[in-house]
Amino acid sequence: MTTPTEPAVMTTEVKRTISAKVIGLGGAGGNAVHLMAQSDCLGMGLFALNTDAQALDKVALENKLILGSNLNHGLGAGGDPERGRAAAQEDMDHLRAICKGADIIFILAGLGGGTGTGAAPVLAQAAKESGALVLAVVTLPFEFEGGRRQRQAQLGFQQLKAAADAVICLPNEKMFKLLDEKTGMGEAFKISNDLLAEGVRGVWRLLAQTGLINVDFADLCSVTRGRHAESSFASAEATGEKRPEQIIEKLLSHPLLDGGQMLNTSDAVLVSVIGGSDLTMNEVNKLMEQINRQCENAHLILGAAIDEGYAGRLSVTLIATRKHSEAIKPIGPEDVAAEAQDTKQFLDPKAPPARTTGRYVAPPPALSNEKKAEMLNNQGKGSRKKSSRLQPELALEIVSKGRFEKSEPTVRHGEDLDIPTYIRRCVALN
Amino acid sequence: MFDPSSIIVGLEIGTSKICAVVGELNANNVLNIIGVGQARSRGVRKGEIADGAKAEEDVRNAIVEAEQMSNAEIRSVYLAVTGNHIRGFNNHGTHPVVSEDREINEEDVQDVVKNAKAINLPQDHNVVHAIRQHFMVDGQSGIQNPVGMFGAKVEVDVHVIHGHVNRLKNGLRAVKSLQLETDDVVFSGLASSLALLSNEQKELGALVIDIGGGTTEYIVYSDGIIKHTGVLAVGGDHISNDLAYGLKISLGRAEQLKLEHGSAILDAAVKGQTITPPNELGLPLKTVNLEHLRRIMALRLEEMFEIIEQELSALGLLNYLRCGVFITGGGARIPEIQKLAEHVFQLPASIGKANSISGLKSALDQPEFATAIGLVKFGSFQQKRKPVGSIKDGFVKSFTEMFKR
Repeated sequence: MTTPTEPAVMTTEVKRTISAKVIGLGGAGGNAVHLMAQSDCLGMGLFALNTDAQALDKVALENKLILGSNLNHGLGAGGDPERGRAAAQEDMDHLRAICKGADIIFILAGLGGGTGTGAAPVLAQAAKESGALVLAVVTLPFEFEGGRRQRQAQLGFQQLKAAADAVICLPNEKMFKLLDEKTGMGEAFKISNDLLAEGVRGVWRLLAQTGLINVDFADLCSVTRGRHAESSFASAEATGEKRPEQIIEKLLSHPLLDGGQMLNTSDAVLVSVIGGSDLTMNEVNKLMEQINRQCENAHLILGAAIDEGYAGRLSVTLIATRKHSEAIKPIGPEDVAAEAQDTKQFLDPKAPPARTTGRYVAPPPALSNEKKAEMLNNQGKGSRKKSSRLQPELALEIVSKGRFEKSEPTVRHGEDLDIPTYIRRCVALN
Repeated sequence: MFDPSSIIVGLEIGTSKICAVVGELNANNVLNIIGVGQARSRGVRKGEIADGAKAEEDVRNAIVEAEQMSNAEIRSVYLAVTGNHIRGFNNHGTHPVVSEDREINEEDVQDVVKNAKAINLPQDHNVVHAIRQHFMVDGQSGIQNPVGMFGAKVEVDVHVIHGHVNRLKNGLRAVKSLQLETDDVVFSGLASSLALLSNEQKELGALVIDIGGGTTEYIVYSDGIIKHTGVLAVGGDHISNDLAYGLKISLGRAEQLKLEHGSAILDAAVKGQTITPPNELGLPLKTVNLEHLRRIMALRLEEMFEIIEQELSALGLLNYLRCGVFITGGGARIPEIQKLAEHVFQLPASIGKANSISGLKSALDQPEFATAIGLVKFGSFQQKRKPVGSIKDGFVKSFTEMFKR
C-alpha cells in the first residue's frame, strides 16, 4: 500500500469503507504480521517495525521500518524497554506517517522484550494522535522467561493500556493449556503469534464483512474507545450437526477466558460468528442465547457473517473486555504524571502546573500484581509479629444478632445458631 | 390448713415466663395440682439468668400468685435448670462380686453404682443427675434389680447430666434471696418428660422435645430408662429475632406476628400473600409478606429438629422411639409443629399433655406448664420414697446437697 517513508494518503471525503492498519512491533509482532501476510490479511495494511534489522529482514513484507537506526544501529534494543522507547521516539515522525489516515490501528507486540515493550506505548500514542481507534493485541511472556521480563511486560502493559483504546492480552502462560507436552518450542511461539494474528482478524472480520447481523465501526468504538480496557480473546471452530453446542463448550473451557470466568466479569463482549451459506438463524440464536447467559451484565455486540470459504464450518471469535482488573488498580504513566503534578503544586503552590504530555515520569518500582498482593500480605504479617500493640480489630459482624448480641453464642458444628437460619442457608426471600 | 410437708412446689425460671406450680400430696399419696402462678420473665436469656434483680422480682411475683391461688405457704421449691452448658452422657461402671457364693447383695449394687458415677467431669462442672439405667450380670443385660442373683461381675450404666457450677448456682441464688429453700434442682427436660410420659410410653420409647423461649431440651426414653438428654440453646426467641431481622420489624411486632400468623410449615397457599395487621388503635401497620414470615419460621424450626434428629441418629436411638415424638413447651403452640416433627423424624408426633396428674385442668392443658408440673411430680417421687427398682429412685441429690449448709 504505502511505504513508511512516504506519508500514507487516504481519501477522507466520504468514507465508504474503513481502513485498517496492522503494525507488528518487535520480534513477536513482526512474526505475527508475517504470518498474516502469508495467510489472509483481509485487505488490511500490514507494517512491521523493529529495532533489529536482522529480524526485520525475515519478515516478508514491503512495509518495514527499522526503528532508532541512529541510536541502536539496527542491532536491537537488547531487551531494554528504555532503548525501545528511545528508538520509537527518535522515529516519531515516521510513526505518525504510518498511522495517518487509518480508522483503526492494530498494534501487535510481544511484551517483555525491549522493542515491543518500550515502543508500543509510543506507537499507540502516535496512532491515537492520528485520530484512529487504537487496539493493541499483545502477548505476555511465559513465566519461565524470568521475573525481569514479567515485570517489564507488566509495566509496558499498563502504559499501553493508558495509551491505547483497548488492549487484547494473551498471556502466554495461559496458552500452555492449549499445548500438549510434545509441542516444540518454536511451535509454541508460533501458536502464540498465530493467536495474535487471529485476534486481529477476529475484530477485522467483524468490521469488514457485511454480515447477516452487521457490526460496524461505530459499534466497536462505543465499546472500546477511551475505555483503556483490557480484553481477553478466544476463538473456536466446529463442524458437524451440533456446531453451536460444541463451540459453546470450547469457549467455556477456553484457557484464555479463564474457563468462561472472564465472561462473567466483562463489561463488553464482542462476538463474531462466521459460517458458510449453511449457517442458520437457529444456530446463531442458540449460540447467542448461551453466551448471553454467561455474561448477563455485559454490553454484547454480535456480528454474524457468511463467508463461502467457511462452508460446513462455524467459527466464533469472542472478545471480552473489562475496564479494570479487580485486584489492584493499575497505575499508568498518566496517573503518575497527574500525581506528580499534584505533589509539586502541594509543595510549591506558585510553581506552574506540570506539563503532562510529552514528558515521561518514571512510575513506581515495577511490580506484578501478584507481587504487590504478596507484599501487602507480608506487610500485615510482619508488623503483627513485630509489635504486640496493635490496634484492636473490630468484630466483623455483618448480620446483627439482635437480642442475642450480648449472650453467649449458641454454636453447633461451627455454626452460630443465633444468626437466622435463612441467612445461614442463603435462602432468598423473594 | 395444710401439712406443709405435703406441699410440693415446682419453679421454672424460664426465658419468656416464670412459672410456679403448687401440688399437694393427699392422704392416699395421690398428687393434686392446686395452684399455678406465673410472671413474665425479663432477666433471663437462653434459659439462664442474665439480670439477677429483674429475675428475682419476677420470681417473687410468680410465687406470690401461686400462693394466693393455692392458699398455701411456699417454703421450698424444686427448681428447674437448663442452659447451653448442660450436657448428658452415659457412663458405665463394673464391680466384681466378691462374696464366696457369688450372690449379689445390696452392697454390691451400691458399689457398682458408685463406680459408674465416678466420672471424669470438667473441673468446673457438677453432676445434676446421675440416673441409673439397667444392670448387667455376667454379660446378661436388661436386669432391673440384681440383688439376690448369682454372678461374678455386676455392671451398670448411668446417665449423667451435668452442668457448669457457677451457672447452676445463679438460679439457686435467686431462690435463696427470696427466703425460699431449694429442695432439689432438676434438669427441666427431665421434668417435662415426667409430666408428659406414662410408664408405658417410657417403656416403648419416646422422645420429648420441650421448645421453650430461649432453649430447647430433649430427652430420650427407651425400655423405661433415660437414654439421652440434651439442650439446644435455641428457642422461640430465636424465631422472633429471625422474623424481626428478616421482615425488618421491631422485636415486639415480630413476637406478635409469630403468635398470630406463625406456622411450622410453609404451604403453597400462602405464596405471595401479605398481611397488614392493625395496631392497637386500628391503624394499619407495615405490610408483611406472609410467605416470608412462614419461610423464616419454618426454616428455623426445621433446623432445630434436624439438629436433634442428627444427634439421635448418630447415637442410633431413632429406631427405639416406638411411641414417637412428644412436643411440649411454648413451642408446642405453633400450628402444624407435629407435622414438621413427623416430617423430620419420620415418626409419629404429637403435642404432649401433662395427663398423668390430676388437678387444675386449666393448668394441665397448657404445654408451657409441663416443666413445672413435672417438677412437682419429681418432688412427689422424692417424698413418696418408692421402693428400690423404680428408676426414679436413681435420682441423686448430689447437687443440692452441695449447696445446703
